[in-house]
Amino acid sequence: MPETVIPCRKAFTETILREAQNNPDIFVVTSDARGSVTLDDFANTLPNQFVEVGIAEQNAVGVGAGLALAGKNVFVCGPACFYTARSLEQVKVDVAYSRTSVKIFGVSGGVSYGALGASHHSLHDIAVMRTFPEMNVYLPADRFQTEKLAQHLAHSDEAAYIRVGRNPVPDVYTASDPFSPGKGNVLTEGSDVAIIATGETVYHALQAEKQLKQMGIHAMVIDMHTLKPFDEELVLKAARLTGHIVTVEEHSIYGGLGGLVAEIVTQNHPAKMKIIGIPDENVINAKPLEIFEYYGLTASTICKQAVGVLK
Amino acid sequence: MIEVKELEKMAVEIRKRTVEIIHKASGGHTGGSLSAVDILVALHFGVMNIDPKNPQMKGRDRFIMSKGHSVESYYSTLEKRGFISPELLDTYGAFNSKLTGHPTRKIPGIEVNSGALGHGLSVGVGLALAAKRSGETYRTYVLMGDGEHGEGSIMEAAASAGHYRLDNLVAIIDRNKLQISGRTEDVCAIDDLEGKYRACGWAVIHCDGHNMAELLKTFQMAASQKDKPTFIIAHTVKGKGVSFMEDRAVWHHKVPTKEQVEQAFAELDKRMEEIEHA
Repeated sequence: MPETVIPCRKAFTETILREAQNNPDIFVVTSDARGSVTLDDFANTLPNQFVEVGIAEQNAVGVGAGLALAGKNVFVCGPACFYTARSLEQVKVDVAYSRTSVKIFGVSGGVSYGALGASHHSLHDIAVMRTFPEMNVYLPADRFQTEKLAQHLAHSDEAAYIRVGRNPVPDVYTASDPFSPGKGNVLTEGSDVAIIATGETVYHALQAEKQLKQMGIHAMVIDMHTLKPFDEELVLKAARLTGHIVTVEEHSIYGGLGGLVAEIVTQNHPAKMKIIGIPDENVINAKPLEIFEYYGLTASTICKQAVGVLK
Repeated sequence: MIEVKELEKMAVEIRKRTVEIIHKASGGHTGGSLSAVDILVALHFGVMNIDPKNPQMKGRDRFIMSKGHSVESYYSTLEKRGFISPELLDTYGAFNSKLTGHPTRKIPGIEVNSGALGHGLSVGVGLALAAKRSGETYRTYVLMGDGEHGEGSIMEAAASAGHYRLDNLVAIIDRNKLQISGRTEDVCAIDDLEGKYRACGWAVIHCDGHNMAELLKTFQMAASQKDKPTFIIAHTVKGKGVSFMEDRAVWHHKVPTKEQVEQAFAELDKRMEEIEHA
């Protein structure tokens, strides 16, 4: 990957900084995570719009809600693993239930921290966040989409959770591709099987599609960057057209993208499905990409599972 | 400035209404609602710049009911202050009432949804910090319980308030010394509260949480504090105003019977006469 490809977290913070320079009501709150989130530039450029609370995620979310109640558009930023567990009650009550304009920006999500262990993984975040009424959930696929999403959020008063990974990921989009929150993107047309992916797995789904094409199988690859509100219409379209769906996510196989798709198709247009994700176990100690490969989140296994679901 | 005597009379009326709606709803947090009444009255009638005709008024002072379970006396205070109509308050406990069993922002005059303990002070820090950063002069008041101080998140919030020198923030503890299981110091001690807050950079003031004149004076002192947030330890009695409820943990969320409501009303009416003839 070229060195010019920045991690999604940086694409996000650079965009928020640009937006905040023109809007004094955009605030960033963090919990001793300015380095890992890539917030140094923001903190140095706009100290009046930057709030550091130290290692105290519960307080960070509560303070964020208070700032929002005073009319600010607040981005509470830090590792996804802590904000979706340690401070979950503050997210539930002070953000979702109170419907404050707070965006929880979770970085280094999923298995980004690799061998640091389950304490640092967030493979439960879609499952918990999507059950809070009023909470939107986004997992952008690459830096360009992350930038578009950040632009959208800078002008929106919604409550939201955004998860991105730690390392740069290959581009899926170009700078000029449009982004529409709540609407999934059909990346390849195909009527044999649908591969629905989210976040960093979108790239791998596209690689699988190429391999399948060589085998004469035409896959419809869908990027579901928005997990809530969920594009049910597109899922049903895929179910009707292909009748076979493979979902791929960097998340527990319980309660994530696969569960979401299954909820919709089983109640409306049953399709044969395979859910690819992290099984119900603490993941092996390895680098993120090795973990992806081990659990079958990369092209060769996605391809194999697509063939399997067609049998 | 409204007279102390008038505020004392309102507090009696609010206590009656509190007991009444808990009985009608067959549920509520009686003891903690009653201990907080005088603090609520002092703030909503004597201290805060708020306007029931314009609940979202720019520059209004902010109040956060962090001990959200004491909602019955809070709703009754908002009714008395003109934010909630008597008709609305009468729906408390009824099917699909707009009035939730803990405060919500849907009700005019209420800033944030509460109910989970240990959240309010952080939200208050955010509101106070926003005022500082934007050059606004409103003040933020957070009322917490003493049992609530088992929640560690409060200390995170207290530390950040001290760090940011939020002298526009006032936290009050309704120190009635009881929580649902018994004495706070027996359940799992929370003292030395004064020492804890001082260590976080706060000014600390003790006061009698049922003495209206003293409450008003204490809030005035807090308003003139510079460079530090103020923590008011309001010494109160759980179930205050109704003899058989006072200082008894069992009344944390016990519902009074019709006879007990009558007895409570008789005692509170007597108190009203005492105030009028004082």
